Amino acid sequence: MTSVAIHQTHHNHEHEADEKAAFGFWIYILTDCLLFATIFAVYAVLRPATFGGPGPAELFSLPYVLVETFLLLTSSFTFGMAMLGRQAGKPSRVLPWMVVTFVLGLSFVVLEVHEFAHLIAEGHGPQSNAFLSGFFGLVGTHGLHVSCGLIWMALMMFQVSRKGLTAPVARKLFNLSLFWHFLDIIWIFVFTFVYLMGAI
Amino acid sequence: MFGKFSLNAIPHEPIAAGGAASMVLGALAVVAALTFFKKWTWLWKEWITTVDHKKIGIMYVIVALIMLLRGFADASMMRLQAAISVGSNHGFLNADHYNQIFTAHGVIMIFFMAMPLMFGLFNLVVPLQIGARDVAFPFLNSLSFWLFVMGAMLVNLSLVVGEFAATGWLAYPPLSEVNYSPGVGVDYYIWALQISGIGSLISGINFFVTIIKMRAPGMSLMKMPVFIWTSLCTNILVMMVFPVLTATLAMLLVDRFFGFHFFTSDLGGNTMMYINLIWVWGHPEVYILVLPAFGIFSEIAAAFAQKKLFGYTSMVWATAAITLLSMLVWAHHFFTMGAGGNVNAVFGIATMIISIPTGVKVFNWLFTLFRGRLIFRTPLLWLIGFLITFTIGGMTGVMLSVPPSDFQFHNSMFLIAHFHNTIIGGVVFGYFAGIIYWFPKIMGFKLSEFLGKVAFGHWIVGFFVAFTPLYIVGLMGMTRRISHYESSTGWQPFLIVSFLGALIIGGGVAFQLLQIAFSFWKRKALRDKTGDPWNGRTLEWSIPSPPPFYNFAHIPTVIARDDFWEQKHNPEHPAHTKKPYEDIHMPRSSGLGFMIAVAAFALGFAMVWHIIWLAVLSFVAALVLIFVRSIDEHTEMTIPASEVERIEIELRKDAV
Repeated sequence: MTSVAIHQTHHNHEHEADEKAAFGFWIYILTDCLLFATIFAVYAVLRPATFGGPGPAELFSLPYVLVETFLLLTSSFTFGMAMLGRQAGKPSRVLPWMVVTFVLGLSFVVLEVHEFAHLIAEGHGPQSNAFLSGFFGLVGTHGLHVSCGLIWMALMMFQVSRKGLTAPVARKLFNLSLFWHFLDIIWIFVFTFVYLMGAI
Repeated sequence: MFGKFSLNAIPHEPIAAGGAASMVLGALAVVAALTFFKKWTWLWKEWITTVDHKKIGIMYVIVALIMLLRGFADASMMRLQAAISVGSNHGFLNADHYNQIFTAHGVIMIFFMAMPLMFGLFNLVVPLQIGARDVAFPFLNSLSFWLFVMGAMLVNLSLVVGEFAATGWLAYPPLSEVNYSPGVGVDYYIWALQISGIGSLISGINFFVTIIKMRAPGMSLMKMPVFIWTSLCTNILVMMVFPVLTATLAMLLVDRFFGFHFFTSDLGGNTMMYINLIWVWGHPEVYILVLPAFGIFSEIAAAFAQKKLFGYTSMVWATAAITLLSMLVWAHHFFTMGAGGNVNAVFGIATMIISIPTGVKVFNWLFTLFRGRLIFRTPLLWLIGFLITFTIGGMTGVMLSVPPSDFQFHNSMFLIAHFHNTIIGGVVFGYFAGIIYWFPKIMGFKLSEFLGKVAFGHWIVGFFVAFTPLYIVGLMGMTRRISHYESSTGWQPFLIVSFLGALIIGGGVAFQLLQIAFSFWKRKALRDKTGDPWNGRTLEWSIPSPPPFYNFAHIPTVIARDDFWEQKHNPEHPAHTKKPYEDIHMPRSSGLGFMIAVAAFALGFAMVWHIIWLAVLSFVAALVLIFVRSIDEHTEMTIPASEVERIEIELRKDAV
């Protein structure tokens, strides 16, 4: 076999691995969707079970949550810019956008933790009643996902800066972007079902 | 420092202490044997770090069979207790211990016997049947397996340190909440299931991607063997419902650990929501288990009748229909909840509809056997035993699906007899048949026919002796999970017969162990030199037994449904054209899957006992290990064409 042909099969092999990994990650995202679907259903059931305590309209501040929402939506856009840099094969155009995304994501988590701390301090912790258990369970699960995404993003920034955009790094970057946009979509549902419909 | 853990956690009462001691002695014996024979390096290099689907499959089956023995021991103790605990005699188990035993029996048999046996068979068979060299994600496959092992170890550890849940196998709240079960039993339950459940979910994704993306060229969906179809549908179900299980158990966990109120009986918690959620997972779960058994029997029916499967297309559609319907019937597990007549009618009718595609399958198997040249080997006997047993189980299932009559059957021994009738008669018979059928392919020698037939005889007789009386006492009004009753009920004679049935099944298990040991001893005489011991029809029989680690030297090109049969009868088949050997890329072994699972085990143990520093430490360790794996870019190796040629000539030299 000539060296060109060997290179060719190796290249095909890499390509198949990329395709399998991306497909597998899509499937994982779908299973995570089902996990969220379960928790959304639980929240819908427990929503009226305030046990005499205040409901969402009294507890949540819409402008505050709007800021959170914009932080997260903007972070999706900036990650999209980073992915354009990946497409162009230029680590120098990937890293700055990832840093911006990371900062936006981190601010989102900080604001959410602050909101939680505030509710708990006011005596509306998850132990108060089933509605608040459902609220902390749903929003907290999303927050945990975002935090995991941030850890992953930090590790990916480290890898991009050390190795550049090698095939495995590029592949993982693609999966991370799927994950990040997916969390954005979940947040839109959280924002709608928990906060907007709660305010009515 | 050690959370809730103290020396009091070690059981003192004689029977529990005996169980604990046997567990510890067994573990010590294994360690001593490995050290004495200097096998630690071999164990690490050949097995623990392997990412070869065939070896992982073998390990799945071995651990599952060990857990079968444990679950069977629990079952025998329950049947003995039920046979003697009448009137003034309170048997040999106190009520709390009895409760732990029936909980452990259910948990072990479903999660740590049936599920791993199923994933073991997928590992052994799926890549070989679709003409692939491995699964889509070999490393994740190893990780899944070790997560399952660690979950099983947590369950067994509860025998030695602490206690197991005494709540029943699905841990219904409010009983499983911290107010009513303050001990560590339910925590062991939650962590064992979470750890192994994540393994199952990863495996589900892995096999789904494998089947969708890695089939040999030419194998279109409607050319896949039926076992691949049932595997595909099972893995779709795994992916759809295991996230629900994970979420539900996580909510029970935060209820217990942080004082949330998802399922508590106070402050607005909703216990019936848990029961709905757990059965949204639980009902599809029984189809997850039984669909692969249907696939196995489809392969066996065609192979031992020496003709193609009757009604392939209807078999595929029936499988797909069952997959869909299985997700629409969960509420039939609690018609007595009080959801109202209309809801119960919908779920009752949906349940009855499932018997239609299942009936289609039964007739397809019968028509495959009809006018076939039947070869009465052990797998065929299991198929015939299954057809009779499973049909009876299916009919009692239809009886249970009628809501008004279910109000009488609910939680009675009739129900227990019904689901054992389908799970033993369907799942267990099917997996045994599959193991016997594919054993020569994986191990290179057949299992003894004579001992296999004796074992089958014990199982089928023992099954009916053990469970027919349970149907009867169920109709007489006996409810499940009773550790003591009065003689005026008239149940005792039936329960004594049932215990005798359990003993006969025990004989069947003993003969199966003997069968494996004897066949291993006689492995030279039982050697499969052809690679095709049953005159098979599908691709796994086209390669040597046992297959080389890369399975196929050339990825086959498929032109027909039973492609290997086609190869044998069609001289124009592309398999007959000689092709030069090529380099093969295979994944490298890795110990990280095992290490991540060990970290998960430590995390589970720490959380059960509230040892916070250990929980944090093991969680961070798991993250670091995952990161180490993710930056490793040398996960593959290349086997040069000359090496492939050498192995192939060596393996095929004594083929007839």
